[in-house]
Amino acid sequence: MEISRRDLFTVGGKLLVLASVGATLEQITGAEPAPEAYKMADHWWGMIVDIDKCIGCGNCVRACSNENHVPGGYFRTWVERYQVSEVDGDEQPRVDSPNGAIDGFPPTTRAGLKSFFVPKLCNHCAHSPCVQVCPVGATFVSPDGVVLVDQSYCLGCRYCVQACPYGCRYLHPDTRTVDKCTLCYHRITQGLTTACCESCPTGARQLVDFKNPKDPIHEFLRHDMVQVLKPYMATGAKVYYKDLDGSVR
Amino acid sequence: MGLRRIFTDSGHLIRPAVVLTAGLGIFLIVRALVIPKAFGQYGHYRPAALDANRQRPIAYAGQNQCVLCHDDEAKTRAAGKHAHVACEACHGPLARHASDPAANLPKLPDVANLCRRCHEKDAAKPPTFPQVVTAEHSGGMLCNACHQPHNPHL
Amino acid sequence: MIPGVDGFMYPNEIELQWGLLIVLYPYITGLVAGAFILASLERVFKVEAVRPTYRLALLTALAFLLVAPLPLQLHLGHPERSFEMYLTPHTSSAMAMFGFVYLWYLTVVLLLEIWLDYRADIVRMAQSTTGFVRLVYKALTLGSENVSPAARRIDDKVGYTVTVIGIPSAFLLHGYVGFIFGSVKANPWWSTPLMPVVFLFSAMTSGIAAVLLLYMASMKVKKMPIDMRCLDTIGKYLFYTFLIDFTLEMLDLVHRTYEADESFRSLDFMVHTRLMFSQIVLQILLGTLVPLALLAANQLWKFSEAQRRVMYITACLLTLVGIFAMRWNVVIGGQLFSKSFLGYTTYKVSFAAREGLFTAVGLMILPLVIFVVLVKLLPPWAERKSV
Repeated sequence: MEISRRDLFTVGGKLLVLASVGATLEQITGAEPAPEAYKMADHWWGMIVDIDKCIGCGNCVRACSNENHVPGGYFRTWVERYQVSEVDGDEQPRVDSPNGAIDGFPPTTRAGLKSFFVPKLCNHCAHSPCVQVCPVGATFVSPDGVVLVDQSYCLGCRYCVQACPYGCRYLHPDTRTVDKCTLCYHRITQGLTTACCESCPTGARQLVDFKNPKDPIHEFLRHDMVQVLKPYMATGAKVYYKDLDGSVR
Repeated sequence: MGLRRIFTDSGHLIRPAVVLTAGLGIFLIVRALVIPKAFGQYGHYRPAALDANRQRPIAYAGQNQCVLCHDDEAKTRAAGKHAHVACEACHGPLARHASDPAANLPKLPDVANLCRRCHEKDAAKPPTFPQVVTAEHSGGMLCNACHQPHNPHL
Repeated sequence: MIPGVDGFMYPNEIELQWGLLIVLYPYITGLVAGAFILASLERVFKVEAVRPTYRLALLTALAFLLVAPLPLQLHLGHPERSFEMYLTPHTSSAMAMFGFVYLWYLTVVLLLEIWLDYRADIVRMAQSTTGFVRLVYKALTLGSENVSPAARRIDDKVGYTVTVIGIPSAFLLHGYVGFIFGSVKANPWWSTPLMPVVFLFSAMTSGIAAVLLLYMASMKVKKMPIDMRCLDTIGKYLFYTFLIDFTLEMLDLVHRTYEADESFRSLDFMVHTRLMFSQIVLQILLGTLVPLALLAANQLWKFSEAQRRVMYITACLLTLVGIFAMRWNVVIGGQLFSKSFLGYTTYKVSFAAREGLFTAVGLMILPLVIFVVLVKLLPPWAERKSV
């Protein structure tokens, strides 16, 4: 077919216009917008853990270990399995957490018991007792509500490990400083969610931002039965549990 | 005269006072030189620690990244029961693959163990969660012989 | 099943964080505080009978105080960063504030008091010795050789004031250590307002017992006669202090048992199993009741000098063991049970590791070596001239 020069110009011109409009549109709405600078003052981080959804698969423990290179035998997060006796109110619950549930759990074998899984992690307390006792200021609450450790400043005295009511801190065997869950600070400050929340298949774990008016935490606190671990310690824990049984320690 | 007498008799006390003051002075000078920059800017800690905690390498790309290329799988998944299961929940950490797909080819998940970890029947799991006794359910066959992982409902 | 663990422990709790060296640290600072209080008995409270042990007690306190930071340094993950406690002390942390209390006590109280009391002897020895030792003495004079009676009177007055300040400082020194434990709300075995007070009285008990033993040993070595009136008086004060200490510890126990809060079942089980030997046998029976009986007997009945000496030695040795057991039961005991109250772990003391038994033994021998050096350098007694 013969293409006239006129046709070439008309079609070419249209294509050019379309391309430039497309490029501009991509700039405005596009798949990869220029990243905004993260402002700490705009965020106040926490987490929701929904006990009714946890299936004890251990994905979170594995994900955390992969993302944060957690040394074997130590845990930034772990899952506990509770088996509560229905018979005698005074009985202690049977609790286990085989290797922190990094490979899930062996079958639950006891019959006639109420049983469930409880994921645990650092509660990123607003009035953190671990921060209070640090002699040098190597652990602190960041302006956006995450309790972090300054790995270059920590002495390794382990006073904070003693002061944490939840057992979420440990001494890293290689760096010989204290380590703990950082709420994947390196991820959440870039708009990603934590590794544990990302890999949780049932949505039992959800990262929340109290300063975001659209965050589900606000509805959650308004409508659901909410708990924190060891409320009598008044630590200002920011990990909220939904449907947590009274037997949970 | 009495005052001068007192000074003579107690003059030696100046010496330990000088030693202590000199010690204090040296300490204050060393402290000013060695104390970390901007310590206390946000609270009782080094502000550089915030940056140090932010600059860690990322292992999980996040499903928003996967979906950019693997659009078809994402569509299949969105139509089924695994809609809220992130890609890396089954496929593992793939940030390296996302940044250089050809150079970092991921391994396929080990189906024999992967599906069971969530779906093996267990008394502690919520009763509404889909779970089976896999030995009875499949008689040893692999799960993906019948179930398409991205949209598993038959 | 995890070896050494019964029941459930949070995964990170299984391994103990504060071990033998952290048991040693309050023990050593306790000896310091106790020795100093004994010295102040003579200086401030005018108990003239214990005068023979005044200088000895000060040197004992100094020898142990110099060693006190060592177990801490060996325990730290990064001892080279320990100076950070002086650079950026966190004022809400008892541990940070302790660094300053320690410095204060070492310099303004102990070293100053020793200097003021020994000044005349230091000047004399700076003038009469030769060689390297002479340089040491000259340095210790700080350049002043004024030992006129008037100057000595001023030394005495200032020394008195320093001792008066020193008493609350000694209380602070060891009370703070008790507070380091007592203020940890996460740990019900530690968290009680009684903790600083119990630590303080057990410190005084151990310090007085240590000085009594060192006095008897020094007199034996120097072939000098033991002043029995001094010994009996020290024994009396040891008895009173120990009685108060025991009362306080029993108060804690009774209170816990009566209130029986959530932690009680777990702690009670721990005491009866893992702490059976160290708490019931070592601390209470052998370490408290037997010495108290021996000391009480001396208050009630008359015994011969030789008998009393044996009773005092036995009582003091058992006391030192008992107070060490008390520190062990607090520090180690506080980490043997889970904060979930559902399980227990075990502590295995290593032998040759950095925080092991050999290190601990070395750290207890070192102050005695320093003590011997100090006694040689600054003799607590007038030298007997042989005929």
